[in-house]
Amino acid sequence: MIYVLLAYEFFKIGLFAVGGGLVTVPFLYDLTEQYDWFTAKELTDMIAVSQSTPGPTGINMATYAGYKAAGIAGGVWATLWLVAPSVIVVYLIAKILNKWSDNPNVLRVLGGIRPAVLALILFAGWDIAKESITNVQTVVLLVVLVVLMRFYKKSAIFYIVLSAVAGLIFRI
Amino acid sequence: MVRLWDLYAIFFKMGIFTFGGGYAMLPILKSEAVEKRKFLTEEELLNYYSIGQCTPGIIAVNAASFIGYKQRGFWGIIFATLGVISPSVIIILLMAALLRQYMDNLYVQWAFDGIRVSVIALIIDTVWGMWKKGVSQVRDYIVFGLAAALLLCFNLSAVVVVVLAAAGAFIPDIKSKKQ
Repeated sequence: MIYVLLAYEFFKIGLFAVGGGLVTVPFLYDLTEQYDWFTAKELTDMIAVSQSTPGPTGINMATYAGYKAAGIAGGVWATLWLVAPSVIVVYLIAKILNKWSDNPNVLRVLGGIRPAVLALILFAGWDIAKESITNVQTVVLLVVLVVLMRFYKKSAIFYIVLSAVAGLIFRI
Repeated sequence: MVRLWDLYAIFFKMGIFTFGGGYAMLPILKSEAVEKRKFLTEEELLNYYSIGQCTPGIIAVNAASFIGYKQRGFWGIIFATLGVISPSVIIILLMAALLRQYMDNLYVQWAFDGIRVSVIALIIDTVWGMWKKGVSQVRDYIVFGLAAALLLCFNLSAVVVVVLAAAGAFIPDIKSKKQ
């Protein structure tokens, strides 16, 4: 029975959580009121862990919540149901997009949206920055990294590893 | 043609190196899928983000699914998506068992303090690069400025911002002097 409930609840979250990062949080909070899978306080821990472990935050949250509710199988199960709506919707849209990709109006809208998406991405960065750029060291590291990235075209992964090492050495 | 298991492996790797939300994944997709593998162009990647913004689901999964579809159709979606979520599932399940020890470890915290800074730097660098390619008209500056203002002042949802920008796309073209 718990698997049916998990499937239902996480499919619903996948369907209605539109956007990035922490949009799943209010939905998971609702779950704490309906079920005894996890408490609101545990949810806070989950957010912290999900943001500081590899993987997209929304996926991490689902795995964690599913694990709390029904163990390892629950974690896998909840995650699969969370992504199911994405898979279905993207499949339908990608098909349509392929057909319409030469339409001048579609191209115009997609091109017109781009600057707004850049603003959204910067805004997401701003949200993270408020919590992680907290002192002189982090400001210096940020500036050094941005300059390095402009001059040395290394992969994103290279810079992530580099900054982890910098964090360990300088104990920012 | 990319083999399905290769697609899985590539997205598995991207899942490992994504820290934070779907936006944090954009720089990784840009360097791995656009620059290294040439699966798609930067413009296409931003298109997928624009659409992924407004469709149900986690942005990272939506973006991975679009790229998977472009490579191998329906099964491409399945394998790319499974690739992105696999590291999360494995790591979180391991972590949940030893959560406290992990989170309280000072070395882990220091490393993550550094990683969080690089995520911001990567976002700045990515937007910088895409700005140079994608923003050329007066209308683009207006849309960017309005979107930024709406987000900062009213904390509007991404869906609303994207829908407004789509309407703004029909403002007539005026090429800026820089062009």
